[in-house]
Amino acid sequence: MALPKINQIAGRAVYVPGDDIDTDRIIPARFMKCVTFDGLGEYVFYDVRKNEDGTDRKHPLNDPKFSGATILISGNNFGCGSSREHAPQAIYRAGFRAVIAESFAEIFFGNSTQLGMPCVSATHDDIQALVRALQADPDMTVMIDLEMQRIHFGDVSISCEIRETNRQALVGGYWDPIQDLINGEEQVEAVANDLAYFRATAD
Amino acid sequence: MGKSLFQKVWDAHSVRRLSNGQTQLLIGTHLIHEVTSPQAFGMLRDRGLKVKYPHRTFATVDHIVPTNESLEPYSDKLAQAMIEELRKNCAEHGIEFFDTNTGKQGIVHIVGPEQGITQPGTTIACGDSHTSTHGAFGAIAFGIGTSQVRDVLATQTMALSPLKVRRINVDGKLAPGVYAKDVILHIIRLLGTKGGTGYAYEYAGEVFDNFSMEERMTVCNMSIEGGARVGYVNPDETTFEYLKGRPYSPKGAAWDAAVERWKNFASDPDCAYDDVVNIRAEDIAPTVTWGINPGQGIFVDENIPAPADGKTQSEREGISEALEHMKFQGGEPIKGKKIDVAFFGSCTNGRLSDLKEVAQYLKGRKVHPDVQAICVPGSQVVAKMAEDLGLAQIFRDAGFEWRGAGCSMCLAMNPDKLVGDQLCASSSNRNFKGRQGSVTGRTILMSPLMVAAAAITGEVSDAREVFGLLPEPVGA
Repeated sequence: MALPKINQIAGRAVYVPGDDIDTDRIIPARFMKCVTFDGLGEYVFYDVRKNEDGTDRKHPLNDPKFSGATILISGNNFGCGSSREHAPQAIYRAGFRAVIAESFAEIFFGNSTQLGMPCVSATHDDIQALVRALQADPDMTVMIDLEMQRIHFGDVSISCEIRETNRQALVGGYWDPIQDLINGEEQVEAVANDLAYFRATAD
Repeated sequence: MGKSLFQKVWDAHSVRRLSNGQTQLLIGTHLIHEVTSPQAFGMLRDRGLKVKYPHRTFATVDHIVPTNESLEPYSDKLAQAMIEELRKNCAEHGIEFFDTNTGKQGIVHIVGPEQGITQPGTTIACGDSHTSTHGAFGAIAFGIGTSQVRDVLATQTMALSPLKVRRINVDGKLAPGVYAKDVILHIIRLLGTKGGTGYAYEYAGEVFDNFSMEERMTVCNMSIEGGARVGYVNPDETTFEYLKGRPYSPKGAAWDAAVERWKNFASDPDCAYDDVVNIRAEDIAPTVTWGINPGQGIFVDENIPAPADGKTQSEREGISEALEHMKFQGGEPIKGKKIDVAFFGSCTNGRLSDLKEVAQYLKGRKVHPDVQAICVPGSQVVAKMAEDLGLAQIFRDAGFEWRGAGCSMCLAMNPDKLVGDQLCASSSNRNFKGRQGSVTGRTILMSPLMVAAAAITGEVSDAREVFGLLPEPVGA
């Protein structure tokens, strides 16, 4: 089953400021008591978006000016902490299709790529320029071009980075590697047979 | 030019290059638990796939298990549904499950090593970021997402890009009252929460040479808190001694052959590292966090930073945000902050040696009346040994609640949660906002002995003072 090639992502954006936004913040652990990812979108950033009685708090994701945004913008080390795929799943299921941040935590970055949700990095100054433009015009279209590694908005364009293998995976339509991994079956067996511990069992 | 352990293990498990340029890497040992695996089994069913090598996956239940009720059904229906789903999936696919009735259940990162499943020179993956723990044995162990759990179940492989290797040498001798937990909190404080992104951390030097396996596990466990997905220590006699005779360790002639193989995985003395960091053990003191990420640490006798101490605008904003959440003022001491809860446990510090070390000081002491103190052994094996050795009784006599094995208040997916803005002295690994189950709850990470000191005094204290571990002043 061929996957779509993800070359460009365009849409409205929303800025969630802060460094070290961890995956507990993105999806609190209590919402992981589930056996599917369905419905997680509703709980994205729940504890910073909602009061304890369930009413909305002041938060960019509750701001009607930014509702319907498909690109999330944030700070440094986005997605740090727990490896829970529930975090990128919640972001994706809340309607987002890409994240722009100063940097990403390793596991979050890999999990997101595998969902076909690109995570691209840009400098602090460039992101702040993007945020200023966004505040002036919340309806502005932001376009991430993975081929050229540029982000376009208004009449401005800034550069962005993404690890080359992950960029290739997205633009080449290989972001979910399962079929490719299955195709390697025979070679896997050969490597496994060379490893004594792999064949071992308990007493 | 020699090779690092990371390279050797990577090379031994590399299958081929994938279309996108990533490596297809064989995962020799796969560990699963109830929270991040059910969706993966669902994905297998959707695609009509089977578990390719069921004998290389091992399961246990840890995140959601209640620690104060052992009878099923649990009062939490969702938790009950998750444990049943794991039972069903393991039975259907022929996966060994260390269930609650086996006497072997516990936190997955404690169970793997104590069963001898975790071995040097192997690749390990688990849908949990603290999988780096297993690196203590000279394994390359990755925390993974659920789609990768699916990949490993279906193919026993994952698509990965190699990591760079940073060697972190800690030489010298740790002072009494300074522990493995202080070493890793200090490393993260120095290198930052994202300093390790793209790296595997190789921990070495005199301190690691002298560390027990359990101390090495404590350090490797928190690698991810410094951004490093993988952390490891080269295998040595301490490693082999720990593994000998464990249920899944090789036996007889196979043992000798295994030890020979394992030795060869250690990094060559002439291998090149992408980066080297040197730290003096004497520069490390008992460390506590004051903020909302594990990099926000200070020595217990230091003052809490103020926003003005930040070097950049975003650092200053980060300090302000942390102080606001923690309800602390910049510039005031951390020592003396009244705590409400003391949590002893987790995959970082819920092992037998942690209990032993603390019990010798806790004996005859009492938990402060204003503190709720909970001790959660990391596994049923740890719990039983602690009972047999009389350690559990010391904790109970002191006023700790002695609980069943699980992750408990480290991430509060079971009923163990902070309430309101309670301040918790915790031997766990994360102090994120809301981590311990209350949105406004506050966590201070520290070593187990520091947790015990806080539990007794009712406030953040220097365990060296509480338990008389400081040297007599010269001339006194």
